[in-house]
Amino acid sequence: MRTLPGTALCFASFLFVLLSSQIGYAQVDTFEFETDEQQRRFRQLSDELRCPQCQNANLSGSSGGVAEDLRREIHRMIMEGMSNAEIEQFMFERYGDFIFYRPRLRSDTLLLWFGPLIFLGIGGVVAWTISRRARQTDAAKTELDPKQQQQLDKLLNNSESRS
Amino acid sequence: MSKLKYFIPVIAFVGLALMLWRGLYLDPKELPSMLIDKPLPEFAMTTVEDSAISNANLPDGMFLLNVWGSYCLPCLVEHPTLMRLAEEGEIPVVGINYKDRKELALDWLDTNGNPFEFSIYDDLGRLGIDLGVYGAPETYLVDANGVIRYRHVAVLDEQVWQEVFEPAIAELNAESTP
Amino acid sequence: MLPELGSFSLILALCLCGMLGTLPVVGAHTGNQLWMNLARPLAAGIFVFLGIGFAILVYAFLTDDFSVSFVAQHSNSLLPMRYKFTAAWGGHEGSFLLWTFMLAGWMFTVGVFSKSMPIDFVARVLGVLGLITFSYILFMLATSNPFDRIVPLPPADGADLNSALQDIGFILHPPTLYMGYVGFSVVFAFAIAALISGRMDAAWARWSRPWANVAWAILTIGIALGSWWAYYELGWGGWWAWDPVENPPLITWLFGTALVHSLAVTEKRGVFKSWTILLAILAFSGSLLGTFITRSGLLTSVHAFASDPDRGFFILGILGIAIGGSLLLYAIRAPLMKADAGFELVSREMFLLANNVILVVAAASVFLGTLFPMVYQAITDDLISIGPPYFNAIFAPLMMLLVVFLGIGPMSRWKRTSPAYLVAQLSRVALASLVLGVVLPLLVLLEFSLAASITLLLALWVIFSIARDMADKTANKKTRVAGLRSLSWSYYGMQLAHLGIAIMLVGVSLTSYFSSERSVLLDIGGTVELGGYRFDLVDSRRIEGPNYFGEQVEMTVSRDGEVFRVLYPERRLYVASGTPSTEMAIDAGFFRDLFVTLGEQRESGAWTMTLYVKPFVRWIWLGALFMAFGACIAAGDKRYRRLRVRETKKAGSPSSEAMPAAS
Repeated sequence: MRTLPGTALCFASFLFVLLSSQIGYAQVDTFEFETDEQQRRFRQLSDELRCPQCQNANLSGSSGGVAEDLRREIHRMIMEGMSNAEIEQFMFERYGDFIFYRPRLRSDTLLLWFGPLIFLGIGGVVAWTISRRARQTDAAKTELDPKQQQQLDKLLNNSESRS
Repeated sequence: MSKLKYFIPVIAFVGLALMLWRGLYLDPKELPSMLIDKPLPEFAMTTVEDSAISNANLPDGMFLLNVWGSYCLPCLVEHPTLMRLAEEGEIPVVGINYKDRKELALDWLDTNGNPFEFSIYDDLGRLGIDLGVYGAPETYLVDANGVIRYRHVAVLDEQVWQEVFEPAIAELNAESTP
Repeated sequence: MLPELGSFSLILALCLCGMLGTLPVVGAHTGNQLWMNLARPLAAGIFVFLGIGFAILVYAFLTDDFSVSFVAQHSNSLLPMRYKFTAAWGGHEGSFLLWTFMLAGWMFTVGVFSKSMPIDFVARVLGVLGLITFSYILFMLATSNPFDRIVPLPPADGADLNSALQDIGFILHPPTLYMGYVGFSVVFAFAIAALISGRMDAAWARWSRPWANVAWAILTIGIALGSWWAYYELGWGGWWAWDPVENPPLITWLFGTALVHSLAVTEKRGVFKSWTILLAILAFSGSLLGTFITRSGLLTSVHAFASDPDRGFFILGILGIAIGGSLLLYAIRAPLMKADAGFELVSREMFLLANNVILVVAAASVFLGTLFPMVYQAITDDLISIGPPYFNAIFAPLMMLLVVFLGIGPMSRWKRTSPAYLVAQLSRVALASLVLGVVLPLLVLLEFSLAASITLLLALWVIFSIARDMADKTANKKTRVAGLRSLSWSYYGMQLAHLGIAIMLVGVSLTSYFSSERSVLLDIGGTVELGGYRFDLVDSRRIEGPNYFGEQVEMTVSRDGEVFRVLYPERRLYVASGTPSTEMAIDAGFFRDLFVTLGEQRESGAWTMTLYVKPFVRWIWLGALFMAFGACIAAGDKRYRRLRVRETKKAGSPSSEAMPAAS
């Protein structure tokens, strides 16, 4: 089974079967906005804020409960002209860091945000060290030691004198 | 050094394993309240019996603020404890009827008994949001100055009362006596 | 009676594992032929008994045996037959049995397909796998026995399978995911065997590569199936949530990808030996970590099984011994592995090294983001959340960097490549990618997005680079066709897999930046337009299913005035569990998906609903398909097959360890 392309093609047909009536958990709001920008902000905030009640879902993807109330509040605050920063502050005062899926950049999250960069730096150093040693090995293996050099010279001289 | 660097992975792993072990003792779902040592939010609403109330109507001394609903089964479980506290006059209990229907709430109180001085009717959950509520039942311990000092999430039964609230109340009393 | 036989089967398998973990391994050390030869039959026996156990569990589900606690928790008499079968992995105990059974399957397969390997090596490999299986079965018997009964009064009916799991995604995703995930145990066992014996030559790499490739291919499909399932399950068009349970398979996949590439270098050039071993250990660690996170309650997730700290400690114990032990072994033995050759700064080895560094950094970063909240809570007692905004910000740039190298690496030569050569090959490729990356979205979708163009540009960079390389490699043959035929399966596999990445990238960028959605309140007879399509709400009716009832809405979809599809989104209520669910209706297409998710019905009879148009979203999973396909083709390369036939004659003798180098 594992080396047969056929199995892979089998999966291909699965993926392109026209699907209908699948289970979903999305909720539907019908908030009205005056501008597209407001709608976009609402969507972005609902996507990036976490539902305090759920196992691990954002406000967009949770139906009912606190998530519904918070989305309503976000709509109200956007319509009242509050900025994203003010809305986020509102949320922080009530639910803390937990509610942000994008962790705030602070002294205690520096390691989180710069970790990957640090990893990349370490990776670069490691790669450089390996490369340097590999170049040395390469040079060493293609160089001849003095005895081999003598042998080579002797052979070359012999062949020269013969030709 | 060159031989020692091979030990880096295993040393890093030991650190990781210790952290994972420590992690097993934590509860990742227990949200600490942001309102500890902050004053109760301002509100002007009605009770389930349709009387107007605001912060001015809250008890003068220490009291409990209990978030409940007629749909909430654990609330029924902690109900006897709240009844006892109210009847014995240990500490006043104010209720917040959270995201409920008035008739159902009143029915529930009729059937089971009413331990609350009054129950704020928060059908839209606005007060709940201001408090950072994330699910009933929750109980807040509010001191004589209207400052929230402690929040307990989940059932408040006799054991929790003895182990958590009584010491907390004692501590607060000790603080306020000069 | 039968469930008890199930437990007994597990106990028998446990005993055999104990034997497999000791006798052949000791035999390999002392040269005891008899003990070494026990390995294969023991592996077969373990596979049989675990199979029997699993079959008994499935039978209990199919016959509605609610005296078995696990069956009562996850099944119901009204549940359709196919879901009764799959409910066997609908919860922790059963899914862990499936997990272990998959491992036994791999172990058995290694026994069958290892005739060309020396017996002491096979003995060690199977021994390691036997030890791992031993720990898993012990875990089950101690903390999570699926055959536990409810005494004294079994319930009349079960609690029903979670409505989210009554779906084809659940039939396909867990078994495939487990199969791939667990498959990395094989390369891990190969690596440990190499460490124990102190020998790692090209033959070792040649044996390991097909196993690594196939496990990787299956894991790729398993993860893709999960993404596809989440997409139509959750109803808002998302296909990856960076959930703490989703991340470990990704981490394993990233380490696995690095491993597959590292193995290539080790086989061809005899370098990166200790890195290959370390990567094999890390990939396997990823699978153990995944098990740990999912089943211990360490992190909050929608996917996590009901948590139980006891289980967490046990798995942590297994983790500690297996990973700690192998890393210690690595620390002691890896210095013995000497590189056979060197290489220059600009060389294929160097590009693959860069590739692996980026993959490992990506894996480490996902790992950091997944575990940071727990560490933060342990230190500060405060909760912090890390979700898609963080992961996307970190992961996307790393992948883009990787893709840049992806266009160059396959063209480079081993040991030394002239930079001038690479520039000459790729300058036109770069130009074409840049131009088309900007122009194509403008022409086809009439929109521009810088981010989308950059991603598209990178995808084209890979595609054109592949075309350029193939053109190059077939240029000197008599005809192009002859040239194409002369290329090995290994080469085609590689290009196909890389093409898969490009395809996935196209899907990701176009769907992320050009999707549209709309939420409306529609009356019957109402109409709404989105993305050039017209949706009409025709009718609304009540429906009934085998174990649910609800409402269904009929919507026609038209384009240019012509109706080409009717969609039937639903809202259901499952009888036994009382849980509601929303069913979305999808019109799936090669170039775009349209779907409708129902909200609720107002008193007026009108429905709230959300409509989505998602361009090229299926390309995400098509790309994964290409990747898996490519890996399988590469694994089928003739050098793995031919040598197996030739060496069957030499098999069995310990002296055949010093294998000739790759053909």
